Amino acid sequence: MSVVLGDALGPRGRRRTAIASVVSSAVLLGLLIIALRRLSATGQLDAAKWSFLVKPLVIRFLLGGLGNTLRAAAVAIVPAVTIGTVLALGRLSRKAPVRLAANAYVQFFRALPLFILIIFMFYGVSKLGTDLSPYWALVAGLSIYNAAVFGEIFRAGILSLDRGQSEAALSLGMRRRQAMWLVVLPQAYRRMIPTILSQSVTLLKDTSLGFTVTYEELLRRGVFVGAAGKDPLQAFVAVALIYLAVNMTLSRAARRLEIRQRRRYRAGSIDIAGAEDLQAVAAGASMGGT
Amino acid sequence: MAAAVLLGLLALLIRLIVNSRFADFAVVRHYLFNRSILVGLRNTLVISVLAQMVGITLGVTLSVMRLSKNPVLSVTSWLYIWFFRGTPVLVQLLFWFNAVPQVFKTFAVSVPFTHIVLYQKPMVLFMTSFMAALLGLGLNEGAYMAEIVRAAIISVDEGQTEAAQALGMRSGLIMRRVVLPQAMRVIIPPTGNEFISMLKTSSLASVVLYGELLRRASDIYSTNLRVVELLLDASIWYLVLTSIATIGQYYLERRFARGASRELPLTPLQRIRRNLVPGRPWFRVLR
Repeated sequence: MSVVLGDALGPRGRRRTAIASVVSSAVLLGLLIIALRRLSATGQLDAAKWSFLVKPLVIRFLLGGLGNTLRAAAVAIVPAVTIGTVLALGRLSRKAPVRLAANAYVQFFRALPLFILIIFMFYGVSKLGTDLSPYWALVAGLSIYNAAVFGEIFRAGILSLDRGQSEAALSLGMRRRQAMWLVVLPQAYRRMIPTILSQSVTLLKDTSLGFTVTYEELLRRGVFVGAAGKDPLQAFVAVALIYLAVNMTLSRAARRLEIRQRRRYRAGSIDIAGAEDLQAVAAGASMGGT
Repeated sequence: MAAAVLLGLLALLIRLIVNSRFADFAVVRHYLFNRSILVGLRNTLVISVLAQMVGITLGVTLSVMRLSKNPVLSVTSWLYIWFFRGTPVLVQLLFWFNAVPQVFKTFAVSVPFTHIVLYQKPMVLFMTSFMAALLGLGLNEGAYMAEIVRAAIISVDEGQTEAAQALGMRSGLIMRRVVLPQAMRVIIPPTGNEFISMLKTSSLASVVLYGELLRRASDIYSTNLRVVELLLDASIWYLVLTSIATIGQYYLERRFARGASRELPLTPLQRIRRNLVPGRPWFRVLR
């Protein structure tokens, strides 16, 4: 890491930081050893305690839970992104009532806990004359909440775009709507891809709330496996590792996209035919001037 | 088109709510200031503030560790952040509450590698709902705060320290008067956002039976079956909490923006006062 926190230290300062970092590493390693010793003392590290995790039945059961988790996340993202786009456009609209409505939606649903929304979808919606299954309650709660979040993300993306883009489009004779859909929005989406992906990771993690409305996703199945085998620790470790694997894949994809994007859309990388000539002319003009 | 869709949706929603006798607002009003709900409100505040404090403390420690040259420290910090950001907070809460007491029967603080025990308690009594909620929320928050603090420390220009040194300030004074105030400007807005989201995330503590707002509300509706009304009550209080926090965040950010932007944004009060002074453009338009 090339970050410097302050001035280069003198000999005494160097000695001090060296001692501090050695001591703190020793403390950390000591804590790790103590934790492992206590785990092995209670027999938690015995192979017998972990072997149930590789039974085909358990693996299939947990992977089925993962499938349900991924399904809920994938299905919830679609309406969330769609409504989010509508909300972003609404918040930037020229008509005051539209702005007001979109603002109200975003402020309201961002201020509510997602958890309440999902419980509400599960227990409360029956008052409206329909019942939602745990799956649809989860998907509905996730979409409604994340629409507000995506709305904010898209709005930030649109606003972060140089105003020259829409001005250029308008001066080419496009209508405002055309400029928005053909010029501004595609660029705003592209610019926001890393943020969209990281919000998708959050959404994926939030599907674990389906646990509370009896949706059979990964966490619920993990808890069930742990309770059935009386080995909750091992089951939780397995569930956590599966979540980590999925989320790491997604974050890695996000980082790769970000890097590729930066390479492709680096400032000043746009080639204009005859640019060299223009520069030569400009240089000649400035030389002639002096 | 977007406008039409939005207005249509809104109209639909309003009609749905009005037509279906969706909620009995007398019941909503009755339970809004119910004693149990108010206690839950206090508990929500308590757990949020405490967990956020745990998170900030951990975050500062982890970010300094992450920036350290010592590989043991930076790798440990990286692993921590990786783990806690990569798993759902609900998994972590249930882990503390369900798995830990089953595995470890007693909680003991002892001198390492000896048999001297300083403090001992059955794990079931130690890992209460409160403790599980605090650990689950606080440790999770630490990972997020670590990234925020790290970004802030990096963002303060070295030249600031050098200039202060050239003026003859000592290192403690430089930290207090020069570096920290500028780092705070970067730390404060995302920390405010984190706290607002912590207020909402604390509702998950109800899963480990901690008596916060949502738990209290669901305890009531599980006996009287007024689900919608009590969820509305909880929602109203959450809205109040997050609104107050948002306003507080605005003033806090404004205070820490001093010196960064030439002209501070006006507070709503100032804006009203300014508009009421005769001779101002707005006033003239009215006349």
